Amino acid sequence: MSTAVVTVNRGVFRGLNLRQKTLLMIGLTSLLLLTIVVSSVSLGEESLQTDFSSKNLSPSTEHPFGTDWMGRDMFIRTVKGLGLSIMIGAFASTISTILAVILGLLSSAGKTADSFVSWIVDLFLSIPHLLLIILISIGMGGGATGVIIGVAFSHWTGLTRVVRVEIKQIKTQEYIHISRNLGKSRWWIATKHIFPHLIPQILLGTILMFPHAILHEASVTFLGFGLSPHEPAIGIILSESMKYLSAGYWWLAFFPGLSLLIVVLAFDMIGDNLGKLIDPKKAHE
Amino acid sequence: MCLKGENISFGYKRNNLILNNVNISVDRGEVLGLIGDSGSGKSTLCKILAGYENNHKGNVIIDGKKVPSKGYNPVQLVFQHPEKAVNPKWKMKDILNEGHIVPQDILDSFGIKKSWLNRWPNELSGGELQRFALARSLSPETKFLIADEITTMVDAITQAQIWNIVLDIVKELNIGVLVVSHEKNLINKLCDNVVYLDAINSVN
Ligand SMILES: Nc1ncnc2c1ncn2[C@@H]1O[C@H](COP(=O)(O)OP(=O)(O)OP(=O)(O)O)[C@@H](O)[C@H]1O
Ligand SMILES: [Mg+2]
Repeated sequence: MSTAVVTVNRGVFRGLNLRQKTLLMIGLTSLLLLTIVVSSVSLGEESLQTDFSSKNLSPSTEHPFGTDWMGRDMFIRTVKGLGLSIMIGAFASTISTILAVILGLLSSAGKTADSFVSWIVDLFLSIPHLLLIILISIGMGGGATGVIIGVAFSHWTGLTRVVRVEIKQIKTQEYIHISRNLGKSRWWIATKHIFPHLIPQILLGTILMFPHAILHEASVTFLGFGLSPHEPAIGIILSESMKYLSAGYWWLAFFPGLSLLIVVLAFDMIGDNLGKLIDPKKAHE
Repeated sequence: MCLKGENISFGYKRNNLILNNVNISVDRGEVLGLIGDSGSGKSTLCKILAGYENNHKGNVIIDGKKVPSKGYNPVQLVFQHPEKAVNPKWKMKDILNEGHIVPQDILDSFGIKKSWLNRWPNELSGGELQRFALARSLSPETKFLIADEITTMVDAITQAQIWNIVLDIVKELNIGVLVVSHEKNLINKLCDNVVYLDAINSVN
């Protein structure tokens, strides 16, 4: 009985070990993000009807994030915007990951291929992300595709390096030599020995890319080079709200901005915790 | 039939040769001992003979022919640290059967227990892992075994046990063995002949 009391006294988390705590954190944060995406998809157009009788209302219990100059509920606009951001982030991160894995694998194919990959990584690193995204986005004619491709093509470099180094490191392992001596082909070794080691790193890399992708999408859209003004994007909400800040409608920018920050931090937290699970020793580097 | 290293020269760094013009030869069925000071290049020579290291001068030859770089290598190397010789993410049964399905009688003679097969490598001791490494390398296609300090991690009784099994199998399959060890007694007991690396290595 005394142990039960102690457990209760020390809070809910104390009963769990570090691994369970980490898993719980990952689960809860993922649930939050999933809820945002699902609600943003299931909220129809009618939820954002203009209602001029209730425009520019400050936050209240009925409209927790207030309303805008057309009487639209800012909470719903924010949820829709966040959902869109997360989905664009997901697309961009996935494309980025695929690029990174292909180039990482390519770099292990030979010396020439390796120098080529290093050269192209350095080339992309020498251009500022934002500039690169804007250029690609304009080149692709703007819109969601432009932003996704722009973000995807500017974020693969980090993971490519990780994959490249990881493959190099595994290839020097004795059991790879042994596998070759047992008559296994390069392809067999790549799929059975090397690739399984890469999966956690790839997963982690993708999730850590998310916050960058989301923030970059928002800033490019904010600057007017990204999603079109018809889309319910956070970047659009923020740039519109700038016009109304001087009129004292602070909630138009404050809540959407804060929510975006929370989502970004949530992804960062998932990434951090996942990193601890995958490699407890490296988590503090 | 014999395994020959002809005029082998090698250095990890460009101007620092570790092996210079080394000639060595092991017959099938022969058990040859290789001794030498620590750091003299015994392990390096083993790696070259087994094809792990390719940037060397000179040739590794079986019956007058170069060992092909693809396919099953008739020269198998087993070394000191079995925990490095296994993929930590594989179950022991997959590790054991990576090259060929190891027959039950070999498992029995090495004393490999059924219950070990479903474990992960970190759940076995060094000596237990080494039995797997040896069983895996002694297939019917193996013609030469290079044993680089394979029993340094176990006690004297286990050492004798493991070597008895290896010598039995090697005799049955007519495999030639190169034994590297610091223990003179062991070498004298096991080997038909002994070479001293410094005597065949003209590095100064
Ligand atoms: N991967 C490597 N890179 C650079 N130098 C190395 C490498 N491996 C070994 N050496 C060096 O090559 C020399 C020979 O090493 P090797 O391991 O072949 O010696 P050894 O005779 O097996 O020694 P021991 O009896 O201690 O096992 C040593 O001086 C060592 O420092
Ligand atoms: Mg050695």
